[in-house]
Amino acid sequence: MSAPNAPLTDEKAAPRSNPFRSINLSSRFWIALVLVAFVLLLGLAGYVYPTGPGEKVGSLYDAPGNGLVFGTDNFGHDVLAVLMAGTRTSLVIGLVAGIVATVIGVVVGLFAGFVGGWIEELLMGVTNVVLAIPSIIVLILISISLPKSTIWSLAIVIGITAWPWTARAVRAQASSVATREHIDVARLSGSRLPAILMRDVLPYILSYTVMAFVLQVSGAILAEAALSMLGLGPSGANSLGTQLHWALAFQAVGSGAWWAFLPPTIILTLVSFGFLLLQASLDEVFNPRLRRGRRRQMKQAAARRAAEAAQLASSRSEQEGRSEPEDRGEHGGRSGSDGPATPPAPTPVAPTPVAPTSTATARTQEGGLA
Amino acid sequence: MNLGRYIARKTVWYLVALVAAVSLNFLLPRLVPGNPVDVIVSNLTRGGSITGEQQKQIYESFVAEFGLDQPLWQQFVTYLGKVFTGDLGTSFASYPTSVNDMIGEAMPWSIAVQLPAIVIGWLLGNLVGAVAAFRGGNWDRSVFTSSLFLSAMPYYCLSILLLYVLAVVAGVFPVGGAYSLGGTPSLSPSFLLDALQYYWLPFLSLVIVFIGGQAVGMRSMAIYELGGDYVNYARAMGIGDNKVTQYIFRNAMLPQITGLALSIGTLVGGALITELVFNYPGVGSLLFSAISNNDYPVIQAITLIITVAVLVANFCVEIVYGIVDPRIRAAATGEK
Repeated sequence: MSAPNAPLTDEKAAPRSNPFRSINLSSRFWIALVLVAFVLLLGLAGYVYPTGPGEKVGSLYDAPGNGLVFGTDNFGHDVLAVLMAGTRTSLVIGLVAGIVATVIGVVVGLFAGFVGGWIEELLMGVTNVVLAIPSIIVLILISISLPKSTIWSLAIVIGITAWPWTARAVRAQASSVATREHIDVARLSGSRLPAILMRDVLPYILSYTVMAFVLQVSGAILAEAALSMLGLGPSGANSLGTQLHWALAFQAVGSGAWWAFLPPTIILTLVSFGFLLLQASLDEVFNPRLRRGRRRQMKQAAARRAAEAAQLASSRSEQEGRSEPEDRGEHGGRSGSDGPATPPAPTPVAPTPVAPTSTATARTQEGGLA
Repeated sequence: MNLGRYIARKTVWYLVALVAAVSLNFLLPRLVPGNPVDVIVSNLTRGGSITGEQQKQIYESFVAEFGLDQPLWQQFVTYLGKVFTGDLGTSFASYPTSVNDMIGEAMPWSIAVQLPAIVIGWLLGNLVGAVAAFRGGNWDRSVFTSSLFLSAMPYYCLSILLLYVLAVVAGVFPVGGAYSLGGTPSLSPSFLLDALQYYWLPFLSLVIVFIGGQAVGMRSMAIYELGGDYVNYARAMGIGDNKVTQYIFRNAMLPQITGLALSIGTLVGGALITELVFNYPGVGSLLFSAISNNDYPVIQAITLIITVAVLVANFCVEIVYGIVDPRIRAAATGEK
């Protein structure tokens, strides 16, 4: 309580610039933002669109025209109205499932990674077992067991089958944070475990969590579409998947009624690609090391690394290796996104973004027992 | 560390996963409120396709088959016994066909599409990714962007687009099905040639997406390796580019074996719906019709087979990985 520990109030605060100016958002980010915003707007447009998705406005597969942008579907409903309602349903399912999956994944991952010991063994064992069983299979089994599926039950079911890879990734991050000094300080000052997890660990992996959440949302939207196409979709609701389901059931492709199946197909592709791109570019935003910049930046980075290396060599300080070298093959390298939590890697990593891999594989991560 | 311990450890984990999967497969459909057979039989009668006499017969045979009058654990034992002797039961919807026969008919089609797609897709994808990483520049950018786009695309979306563009609009391939009307599956050359026509679209839609995913992974692994110290060292030693490339490729290739393990499950899941789009008579289409008929024995049999197949495939991949890459072995049997 005395002088030595007094905060250094006189230290001159670093000049604070607008953080967004230094981010140097790549064109990728803007493309992703436009794609995602487009899908969101489409979902919201259903509220102002005059025709309802259940209104019969024509007969089987009326071609576009007569004020109907995309003609009618097999029930004689306006395809555009159904598309808007379907996009909204899919987004709601994606958000709810994404939240459920991310919350479970982060809680399990944080505990496992931070607490360690047999709790970690147990939690990760469970995670890996769940990860090894293809999630679509579990989804099918749960869906046929539920007497009636609504969009909410479907979203929760998707969420509770999708959490394992988030848990695995969060564990890797959390166990690297657990060895930091500020955790010891928190312990010494008497913080309890939940408080440490919330205040001292979570903030370090928050950016990673946000990115995982983005992927969970798009993964859930695609999972819903897959289930709906198999005939296990939400009853009484339109979604992108049910729209495709009916289009396929009524031979829209074979009869050339492109307006009935192309719009949901394209929206699903946009959702998937847009969210993936958003995740990849968020990675760049949060993680400066991945920022692909101009040549100048790369040179600066190289110079900085050289300086760091020289400094390290001269001070001969004991250097910590990469946080988890064995992880490289398992997920660290594949998922590339070490996030801001990892200590600066001494190995010169090529500045080209490794990020998108994470997206491509993380989303599809199934199988692979530790 | 030693290989035996690694394999033993993996085996135990995969056995645990297998037990979990089989239990889920058994338990979940039994959570249907009431007796599942009641639900099915009443659904069947609502359709009006079945007479009272048949209904009673079906009901009794199912109660006996599943031992529904016995406690749950005994049912589970019965179930396990049947599964391990390879008896998958009798179909509800097309009674009294055995599920084994139905799956036996559908399985070859699915395997014929998926296995080559996995192998060829993996090899080509790695090649494309590696070349993109080495060449760099515009080549890299275009390959990377298109791979990323393709790998992000759901299998069924590409299927629908291919079916519409190549079959309906261009007329290059037949629209759906697996062989011409009136043909009977056999191994005669004429039938195989005919089936090949129908084979291309489902195969392409799986393999293209798969190539995309693998290429994206390989590219970043290769770029990562390019920055490795051993590359700088080799260059400083004056070792030729080709030789260095070879080193990089071999090192980058190893983690891609895990990439294969990770993507098999998704591909098999995606293939289910791809078959549906093309009306291909494989396991996916069978699953679809089983779901619409509430044909629980068929659904359960398919989910079980797919799970086991994916687990076995992943297990094999991991064992191979452990054999070829000593680092992984050390990491897995080491402290963590």
